[in-house]
Amino acid sequence: MQQKCGLFFCSYRAESALFPSGFQRACLAVFLLALTVTPLVMNSYYVSILCLINIAVIGAVSLNLLTGLCGQISLGHGAFFGVGAYTAGILAAKGVPFLLVLPASGAVAALAGMAFGLPSLRLKGIYLAIASLAAQLILEYVFLRWESMTGGSNGLMVMAPSILGLTFDSDLKMFYLTLVVAALTVLAVSNITRTRPGRAFVAIRDHYLSAEIVGVNLFAGKLQAFGLSSFLAGVGGCLWAHYTNFITPEQFNIGLSINYLAMIIIGGLGSVLGAVFGAVFLTILPEALNAVAGVAAQVLGGDPTASLAALKGGVFGLVLTLFLIFEPDGLAERWRMTKAYWKLYPFAH
Amino acid sequence: MEYYLQVFISGLVVGSIYSLVALGFVIIYKATKVVNFAQGELLMFGAYVCFSLTVEYGLPFPAAFLLTLGFSLLLGLAVERLALRPLIGQPIISVVMVTIGLSSVLKSLVQLVWGTQIKVFPQVLPADPVTIGGLPVAPVYIVAFALSLALFGAFSAFFKYSRTGIAMRATAFDQAAAASMGISIKRIFAMSWCIAAVVSAIGGVILGNINGINSQLGYLGLKVFPAVILGGLDSMLGAALGGLIIGVLENVCDGLAKDLLSLDGFKDVAAFAVLVVVLMIKPHGLFGTHEIERV
Repeated sequence: MQQKCGLFFCSYRAESALFPSGFQRACLAVFLLALTVTPLVMNSYYVSILCLINIAVIGAVSLNLLTGLCGQISLGHGAFFGVGAYTAGILAAKGVPFLLVLPASGAVAALAGMAFGLPSLRLKGIYLAIASLAAQLILEYVFLRWESMTGGSNGLMVMAPSILGLTFDSDLKMFYLTLVVAALTVLAVSNITRTRPGRAFVAIRDHYLSAEIVGVNLFAGKLQAFGLSSFLAGVGGCLWAHYTNFITPEQFNIGLSINYLAMIIIGGLGSVLGAVFGAVFLTILPEALNAVAGVAAQVLGGDPTASLAALKGGVFGLVLTLFLIFEPDGLAERWRMTKAYWKLYPFAH
Repeated sequence: MEYYLQVFISGLVVGSIYSLVALGFVIIYKATKVVNFAQGELLMFGAYVCFSLTVEYGLPFPAAFLLTLGFSLLLGLAVERLALRPLIGQPIISVVMVTIGLSSVLKSLVQLVWGTQIKVFPQVLPADPVTIGGLPVAPVYIVAFALSLALFGAFSAFFKYSRTGIAMRATAFDQAAAASMGISIKRIFAMSWCIAAVVSAIGGVILGNINGINSQLGYLGLKVFPAVILGGLDSMLGAALGGLIIGVLENVCDGLAKDLLSLDGFKDVAAFAVLVVVLMIKPHGLFGTHEIERV
């Protein structure tokens, strides 16, 4: 890992710290401070986008744990997210307090994820991807048809969450709630990458045979990855359900799964920071398109809404394809290069 | 009972279209080891082009059909050159994602050009049903089934007897050996995408003649996965049988679920439930090659 010069470690503990230098810690503190203060002066449209970004960060970081770190391609992450959302909706309707609902939806999603992760012992690569595709479609069907629990295609109302009497009923309040959970998720996953199971995941991804030879239990490792990743996805789903206040099966279709995969690919596979970048990028992209289409409609006249939906899909596909061809290591790599460039500026060599 | 026979027959017809799409899928997988998630969109594109040529440009159906095949050929070529070739040697997930990206680009193109409304092909075949074994069957079903059988025959012969077909099989078996025998791997890759696009387009046109077309037609591409997994990812015979079996199974399960459990829409997941079971028991399918890993 590249470090600043003048940074000497006297213990392994110091070397494996998340933020080894004081400068990094200071930057992070400034960034977090800015993130907590600026929404106070923003209008609620931008705050709502920030909320969506926070939730997307949870989803992307959790998928990154499974696909980027452990190498298990999952096309079913959107459905696990949905399991969390529906669990949250059903439990909240029964009057369970939010602080219990949040981990419970994670736990149910983790169970679902591990159940569908079971074939991963025998299946690799593309076969696993297709198995997870089946998981996605089967779960979607359950959301749609188990009407007594999920409300079917009519959807399910979810009340705004409240913690100890404090109700999160505005975009701003939801922003702080999602921010805290997203920050904790990022912190948790960053820490998982440094622990023994995290390094086992990477070993499984890089070479499963060697991993097994050095004593990694393949099945347990893969199942842990599925469980942890789905747990976090369920937490994200819970927040999503409470934020949108209304969930339907279409919200958790295969498009959502593909969206999360695209986030971690555009951000950079296997990198926590990359997943965050990808989540931010792909959440802002459709909003930016909306804005552009609005301006275009004012200049040219006419109604853009008809073609906008189609255009969004096309731009998404195009961005994804171009990233894969021209920037296969994603935004995280670009970020690292930019930092490296400025570190030595103006003497590039 | 008659109801189930009817369901069985429509299952066979839908299954023969799955087989066609699966054929394209298998050809790409065999030659290039790429799993194509955009197969359904290739089908949709072909169907829309043919629709456009017959209805909006007023061409007679046979001419429009042939032109459509030409368009699909070019599309396959363009896709391979622009999107897939730069990714040779990249990990599976990148290649899978690029075909997914491609599928959403194609879908949005179709929606931008033709809108999302359902379109109905003009009647090409007579509408009066023919009676087979006491059951009325629409002629378009018979033609669809016959056409896909003929195509399978043609492709089997192509792979067995023609130089190009043999070259494609050689490439599939061992790329390095094929290249050292003077086979252009790039050409083979391009050709397999062309063939896949063309057979999918044929499937699309047939389907359009049966049900009409809309912008959700690409969803059919997902239905192909159970078929090819059941048959084996790299077996043409598997694709043919897998398609038929999944088509029939899906329709019969749907009928049973409606009859016995009064459960609607089971059609959409029946195939995937089968898929999970097949993956658990026999991941390489009925006719797929079992990959052996030596330690």
